[in-house]
Amino acid sequence: MPALAISAYTATTALGRGRAAQTQGLHDRRSGLRCNDFGDEGRLECWIGRVDGLEQAPLPPYLAAWECRNNRLAWLSLQQDGLLEAVTEAAERHGADRVAVVVGTSTSSIGATEEAYARLSEALPGESRRFPPDLDRPIVHTPHSLGDFVRHATGLRGPCITVATACSSSAKVFAQAARLIQAGLADAALVGGVDTLCGSVLFGFNSLQLVSPQPCRPFDANRIGLSLGEAGGFAVLERREAQAQGLQLRGYGESSDAHHMSAPHPEGLGAQLAMRDALARAGIGAGQVGYLNLHGTATPANDSIEARAVAGMFPEHLHASSTKGWTGHTLGAAGIVESVIALLALESGLLPGILNSDTPDPACGPQIRFDNAQRSIDFAMNNSFGFGGNNASLVFGRA
Amino acid sequence: MTSTILSAGIAGIGFWTRGLPSWAAARAYLADGALPADAPARPSPQLLAPNERRRAPETVAVALEVALAACTAAGRDPATLSSVFASTHGDLAITDYMCQTLVSDPHSLSPTRFHNSVHNAAAGYWTIGAGAMAPATAISAYDASFAQGLLEALAQVATGTDAVLLVGYDSASAGPLGAVSRSDGLLGGALLLVAEPQPGMPRLRASIQDAKDDPVENDGALARLAAGNAMLPMLPLFEALGLARTQASITAGSGKKLEMEIAYD
Repeated sequence: MPALAISAYTATTALGRGRAAQTQGLHDRRSGLRCNDFGDEGRLECWIGRVDGLEQAPLPPYLAAWECRNNRLAWLSLQQDGLLEAVTEAAERHGADRVAVVVGTSTSSIGATEEAYARLSEALPGESRRFPPDLDRPIVHTPHSLGDFVRHATGLRGPCITVATACSSSAKVFAQAARLIQAGLADAALVGGVDTLCGSVLFGFNSLQLVSPQPCRPFDANRIGLSLGEAGGFAVLERREAQAQGLQLRGYGESSDAHHMSAPHPEGLGAQLAMRDALARAGIGAGQVGYLNLHGTATPANDSIEARAVAGMFPEHLHASSTKGWTGHTLGAAGIVESVIALLALESGLLPGILNSDTPDPACGPQIRFDNAQRSIDFAMNNSFGFGGNNASLVFGRA
Repeated sequence: MTSTILSAGIAGIGFWTRGLPSWAAARAYLADGALPADAPARPSPQLLAPNERRRAPETVAVALEVALAACTAAGRDPATLSSVFASTHGDLAITDYMCQTLVSDPHSLSPTRFHNSVHNAAAGYWTIGAGAMAPATAISAYDASFAQGLLEALAQVATGTDAVLLVGYDSASAGPLGAVSRSDGLLGGALLLVAEPQPGMPRLRASIQDAKDDPVENDGALARLAAGNAMLPMLPLFEALGLARTQASITAGSGKKLEMEIAYD
């Protein structure tokens, strides 16, 4: 595929706001996870990656119609690392009609719907219970809440889509944006993803017995489940003639497991298919990849299958890791957050290891690294896999 | 304003709504207003095992029904196809269940309903049922969901994918959510788009145009029958295809529309 320039990129997670906070936390091996303090009494005993300060960060009045925790996190994320300025420059360079908005989320602002159900009007004879007036806003109770908010917040007028393929959502946005640009429907795209903590995912993953009561331990032989997190992140992708320097999206690969709604393919065939497709589209061999950010949720099933898939494809010198011990599993935002970490590895040579883990799963090959490393690399990859067997893999490089 | 034109052949069409359980029934209805007798109240997607067929959420049932019908009409093996699933809201009845349960007894949340609550549930069941390891995506763009799904499908065709299955669907909302996220009935439509149209296939050419001075009209017979469903905005294209009209436009969001020319011969 034609390489796309990455003019700006950012992530806001439990580690803090913007790229510097991610780099610092990764470098210091300081986890952003905390004991679950989200929501009212009756909370699950688990650890979460919560973004501080959202409760004190309302949307500006002209965006109040989109008010909810998820869009607050989107807005907070857009303020970091010059993202909005890069969006403005892209709109000036190409025209706002030629800049697409392609964003990913798993549950969008369902937290607002949950809140409405917790504050329904009194039950009266002959009357249905109604949402409270402040939440009687259809746009926050639908998946496109995120895309619609980002479009209004940025003033972009190109194609505007919310991709919702669970935990692969904000990796797939890179693929869809690349196609829109290659097909001539846009010259640039604001891509990204946002997911926030809510009852649906905490109690939902709990119902599947996938939530660990302790901080998650990716690729550890004794891992027992995931820690959920919230995050937002964005990147600006542009078609550029003769890009002299800077970061690039070089390839994407997508596949389906065709196996099970909530369990990965036992041989990792779908994962391998996505990785091979991404490498082929980038025109590079597996041996050229310096860092691979794994999906690595720390569920018993995911990690051993992913480790085997990686061992079957990559040489021993690959440095591969899951960073979910720092951020938690940020679901629909995992694709952008971990792409940002892959881009940071390309830019700074900081190759994160794995946090909280000390005993490698027997399936782990030498590629799976628990310790951080520091060295210059040419290509970085990111894997994101979701429910429904939905897989995406991305390759980043430098001009 | 962009004037990029994307094109594809339409190798197969699937359609289902209450009263019109197939594309053939929809075409007959458009031609002479005849509704088939004994139309089923719920689709019975053959791709699922019989027990799953009954248990599947309505959104999954209607999406798989029209998806398979489009493949069958085209004579294409579903296992080989890349797919795009577009839905405004996903399964509103499951959202209502999740929110009710979180208030009443969060620890009793059903794991099956939870994994069925993802927006890509229909895409997941489709790839599993069809044995398709090709890419599948699930998108929403509010009232522009079908148009943005069609753009993604056409962009896939334009960038080297030889055949892409596009499915649009929405179901009825339920509970207190129903007064806010409104949607009635059950509606699904599917197109199997191909890069190289065979003779006799409708051929589609689409471009994004400004809709400000010329709003999209959607008051045909199918739209009246399926009134209230959130996937209604896709119907001008299906009406045009059913009546062999050469033009159609559907809302694309951001004050834009997807303007389409359709050739038949």
